[in-house]
Amino acid sequence: MMNYSSGPPTTTQEHPTAPAVHAAELTVVRGPRQVLRGLDFDVPRGQITGLLGPSGCGKSTLMRAIVGTQAKVTGTLDVLGLPAGHATLRSRIGYVTQAPSVYDDLTVRQNLDYFAAILDPGRTAAERRHENVTHTIADVDLTSHADALAGNLSGGQRSRVSLAVALLGTPELLVLDEPTVGLDPVLRRDLWNLFHTIAADRGATLLVSSHVMDEAERCHRLLLMREGEILADDTPDALRTQTGADTVEAAFLHLVDEAIAAGNQPRKESVR
Amino acid sequence: MSTNTTTSPRTSTTTLPKPSAINYARTTATATRVLRQLRHDPRTIALMIFIPCVMLFLLRYVFDGSPRTFDSIGASLLGIFPLITMFLVTSIATLRERTSGTLERLLAMPLGKADLIAGYALAFGALAIVQSALATGLAVWFLGLDVTGSAWLLLLVALLDALLGTALGLFVSAFASSEFQAVQFMPAVIFPQLLLCGLFTPRPNMHPVLEGISNVLPMSYAVDGMNEVLKHTDVTANFVRDALIVAACALLVLTLGAATLRRRTA
Repeated sequence: MMNYSSGPPTTTQEHPTAPAVHAAELTVVRGPRQVLRGLDFDVPRGQITGLLGPSGCGKSTLMRAIVGTQAKVTGTLDVLGLPAGHATLRSRIGYVTQAPSVYDDLTVRQNLDYFAAILDPGRTAAERRHENVTHTIADVDLTSHADALAGNLSGGQRSRVSLAVALLGTPELLVLDEPTVGLDPVLRRDLWNLFHTIAADRGATLLVSSHVMDEAERCHRLLLMREGEILADDTPDALRTQTGADTVEAAFLHLVDEAIAAGNQPRKESVR
Repeated sequence: MSTNTTTSPRTSTTTLPKPSAINYARTTATATRVLRQLRHDPRTIALMIFIPCVMLFLLRYVFDGSPRTFDSIGASLLGIFPLITMFLVTSIATLRERTSGTLERLLAMPLGKADLIAGYALAFGALAIVQSALATGLAVWFLGLDVTGSAWLLLLVALLDALLGTALGLFVSAFASSEFQAVQFMPAVIFPQLLLCGLFTPRPNMHPVLEGISNVLPMSYAVDGMNEVLKHTDVTANFVRDALIVAACALLVLTLGAATLRRRTA
């Protein structure tokens, strides 16, 4: 449970019923390549939406656009009722990059202490920060490593430190880029349970990317991506029944084949 | 009659972030974090602090026969050491911040660019004070560096130089994509200034073109300032001008450095 006693929860006054993310004609250009090609989709609030697709299909770029760190974004992209990248969104979104972005020459606790001080600054908040940091470390199961240098941890442990940073504070939207990559099955299950707890208890929205299709079954909704376009936007059940497949993976492959057969396979552009 | 002794609510209320340029708490948090990182790297601290002392010691006995030369070069070096060390440390530190993804993460958080830069300047400035104080103390009290003016003024110039080094390092790190490149910026940015700053020969003796170039390089004023303290008992107008020029250059380059921190990248 993520309790965080920093006054009343900042409910969104802008459009309480608006989706957490709304994209229309969303296009991103990186170098000579169009990485996202006119996407239209909504991410509903309070649910876990999985963003799935093969490596290089534009998942990370889409996530960077949503958190407002991607340049050359055109089209409509509203996040929590505000244009993506709006300054007030910075404290309302938690973001985990694919590579763990933490300071290797600080301990786990020192890393979290610093980021907590950025989110909730001031000496008066010190006690609240300390509690918040302690139970966030517990949430990602790193209590026994709290005083170890991040650089000395294993890959999976470091990515959990990175995840813990995003869990600090009370983000209304959590954007997690491949948070479970390289983790063992037990830990993956625990983290997915944590994601569900966060969504259920806090009403937070989670957008989780993965290229492992079995994780798709754990999401409320799925966005299937391929070569910068969205192949499907539905619940896992609906996808399976629609395609008559047993698993989401089979459903995805079915949709890919369908797209190729329909001849609207996106042209592969020469990379650089 | 109600006396308005409303007790403030016990629940802590988060104050809304003020739209000021610099958030004091976030700046000090950043400075503390930078110093904590360094504390896990005691060898770097030792190198930063003791190398200048060792060099001064060496210089003193290189010029054993001509103490006047030691006075002049030693004072100049007291200003140059902090500039070079801080340049190197800052350019590598911010490059790491850029490549490790922590910069992107910080800029996706409610951290002002000015907070980040001021935090770095504060942390490295503190380190520069320690470095300069030790080097100045050693030179003045143990190696017989003959300063006419106050040693405090030497320290002030050294601190401004450190700030300038931090600013240059921050700025240059934006143009380096690897630590190899960042280190190569040292000869590119620092060496020309070192040659032209008047350390080897007085600036008026140089070729007029070079003298003209040296007039627009900040390190020249750092060295001039040091020499003013060396030769005059009180604060001269020239010293004030030199110190102001170094400070202004540092601020200018810091502002340029801030412009290289982009929230949105390709």
